[in-house]
Amino acid sequence: MRIGHHPDIRGSEITPESIYQNRRTVLKMLGLGAAGLIAGCGSEEAPSAALAATPDDSAAADKPLTIAKKGEYVLPDPPTSLKDATHYNNYYEFGTDKSDPARTSGRFKPAPWSVEIAGHAEVTGKFSLEDILKPHPLEERVYRHRCVEGWSMVIPWDGIPLADLLKRFKPTAQAKYVAFTTVNRPSEMPGMRSGVLDWPYIEGLRIDEAMHPLAFLATGLYGRELPNQNGAPLRLIVPWKYGFKGIKSIVKIAFVENMPRTTWNISAPREYGFYSNVNPAVDHPRWSQRTERRIAGDGFNLFGNRIETQPFNGYADQVASLYTGMDLRKYF
Amino acid sequence: MTLFKDRIAASKPLVFLLCLTPLAWLVWDTLQNDLGTDPVAQLEHRTGLWALRLLLATLAITPLRRVSGWNKAVRYRRMLGLFAFFYVTVHLAVYLFVDLGGYWADIFEQIAKKPYITVGFAAWLLLIPLAVTSTQKMMRRLGRRWGQLHKLVYATALLGVLHFLWLVKADKREPLAYIAVFALLMLWRLPWKKLSSADRRPSPPRTHAPQTQSD
Repeated sequence: MRIGHHPDIRGSEITPESIYQNRRTVLKMLGLGAAGLIAGCGSEEAPSAALAATPDDSAAADKPLTIAKKGEYVLPDPPTSLKDATHYNNYYEFGTDKSDPARTSGRFKPAPWSVEIAGHAEVTGKFSLEDILKPHPLEERVYRHRCVEGWSMVIPWDGIPLADLLKRFKPTAQAKYVAFTTVNRPSEMPGMRSGVLDWPYIEGLRIDEAMHPLAFLATGLYGRELPNQNGAPLRLIVPWKYGFKGIKSIVKIAFVENMPRTTWNISAPREYGFYSNVNPAVDHPRWSQRTERRIAGDGFNLFGNRIETQPFNGYADQVASLYTGMDLRKYF
Repeated sequence: MTLFKDRIAASKPLVFLLCLTPLAWLVWDTLQNDLGTDPVAQLEHRTGLWALRLLLATLAITPLRRVSGWNKAVRYRRMLGLFAFFYVTVHLAVYLFVDLGGYWADIFEQIAKKPYITVGFAAWLLLIPLAVTSTQKMMRRLGRRWGQLHKLVYATALLGVLHFLWLVKADKREPLAYIAVFALLMLWRLPWKKLSSADRRPSPPRTHAPQTQSD
């Protein structure tokens, strides 16, 4: 299945991060960037200088990944800069300000890492992250990322389709939902002292949502390992849902029969539903979801960032059928 | 110094410049492109915070006079109040023209549907008559009604802190701090002496002479 494939969009329309860091050279270098993407060696073209320039970055952000597949999921939208994508994060375990995670996640240790697979599946147990990822070649996908707060980004994620991983554990017929849990490490996550949310963070998907080809497990972004502030070493990306569904630093994946509870829904049930599909027609009780402010590109970006939000964040063609017959106002 | 009548008058230009500092700082950061990843949110947040701080500062003048005996402090109040109005207006303008931009007409729907926008907008509206009647001439013309009208500032400050509280997603500590300051300033205004004396002598009906509005 080639969902999200846009044959009319050339690889050159996704600008490698290193290139638009320096706008003056964009035109000159676009040709090179395209060549790199096609050859599948684009990651080598993205030197770590951009990240190393800021001392507060976690070291993990500098490690390049080997990407086997690129260019199938691309977007015409200009991407968000690496700097913005890694310095504007909602990751409350590291603090509630969006600049906190980049500053306070330095002590977090994303390795060694293990993930527990539990519940209704033929294969369960605790596995090292290496073992979990080994059979899967890494793929890069450029997705829109829409935060429930009304801003959005365009980010190239590196990782594997969630379904490919889940199928290896052979979920049984009783597995109606998949429940995810974030690591619980207050000693390395200073924001956990605050008690603004119930820790550890938990999230969930219906099994057919989890098995959808767009659902993605990221281990990197922009061809590098995930920085701590972006959810290292393993996080969920569900591009047609609001960003908070993309649970970070996953330590447990459980196949369950009943709809699992989710952190933001526990915190404010009227405001955050289980589904939380991006939907411009259903307002958040406190703000409109009709439009969003896109954080992308470089340079001076005060004006003209507001765009209309698309149903299912622009992925309606691929995912709307998952919700046929459902009242999306009720199941928000 | 002969240029000024007294020290308060002499210090006013300094206070004026101080009140402009947050704006200058904001303009500087904007020109340096130093407002971070989401510059629009930064502009909104910082203008809103300074509006609220200045508004609370005007509410602190009366307690300050009573506690310290520095009665002349009242002469700074109009300037602080007008700057509060100025920053609220900039705040609204940023929201309307920079944040909403081409979708500015959405503001009507937002005012109708979103409680934090409703109260924020109401706070700005209520400040308009206060700003308009802030001149000496209007004070004289309105006489006692001026004091009554300017009691609206309590409602405005309440709406302002509610606006902050309701827009925050989860970490309510900062807006709660502002609410605490507002509550303290309001509690201080309760007629504590009267209340306690009423407790001690409950029998005689309260037949005070009509109260004069003092501040």
